[in-house]
Amino acid sequence: MIRVQEADFDVGAELAKLTDGNTAVGGLAVFVGLVRDMAGGSGISAMTLEHYPAMTEKMLAEIEAEAQARWPLEASLIIHRYGRLEPGDQIVLVAAASAHREAAFEACQFLMDWLKTKAPFWKLEETDQGAQWVDARSSDDAAAARWVKRDPDAAE
Amino acid sequence: MKLLYFAWVKTKTGLSEEEVTPPEDVATVAELLTWLEGRGPEFADALSDREAIRVAVNQSFARPGDPVGPNDEVALFPPVTGG
Repeated sequence: MIRVQEADFDVGAELAKLTDGNTAVGGLAVFVGLVRDMAGGSGISAMTLEHYPAMTEKMLAEIEAEAQARWPLEASLIIHRYGRLEPGDQIVLVAAASAHREAAFEACQFLMDWLKTKAPFWKLEETDQGAQWVDARSSDDAAAARWVKRDPDAAE
Repeated sequence: MKLLYFAWVKTKTGLSEEEVTPPEDVATVAELLTWLEGRGPEFADALSDREAIRVAVNQSFARPGDPVGPNDEVALFPPVTGG
């Protein structure tokens, strides 16, 4: 399930709902992203998350479908917020439930890594130096590239 | 063709969306970017670093050689920074 919303979310309630009644679930891995108060040495008082609504929904659905195809998941959830957020606020929740922990852990990390490089969100940080758009990080590309399947027939 | 701009591409062009009718010989993403650059200094500035521009056609990531047409929704934006 995917949700894109301005409102905050209750992690406990979301996880309870996700696995409710499904006793095939033996492991549930969860990642919660929060707004930090520092970036590159500058203090951050707030950030605004902009997104491209039609594409966000489409990309998150594709990312979740890819995780479902790669791992035997009983349930999965992506909630991503947009709008103005302050340090300590929750930005994103990703959860993956499976019979065993390995699939849950891997799928959870995969969902985050792909979301970071494929979901059309942009952060505008309010710093002591004024408002600045956050630059993409090459380390995020590297993290996402770990999950790219090698096609044995593809030319290098 | 509907164009959408996000993040600093929006800031630099001063537009969030617009309807455009490019010349008929603009058939690919790369040709569209080149045509847009010629529309004025704010577009030339916003699109000067092609490596920093991502393009989506009808809400899917597109490459420079991918086709664009009059009924497409084309979005221009920097690399994404969500999560």
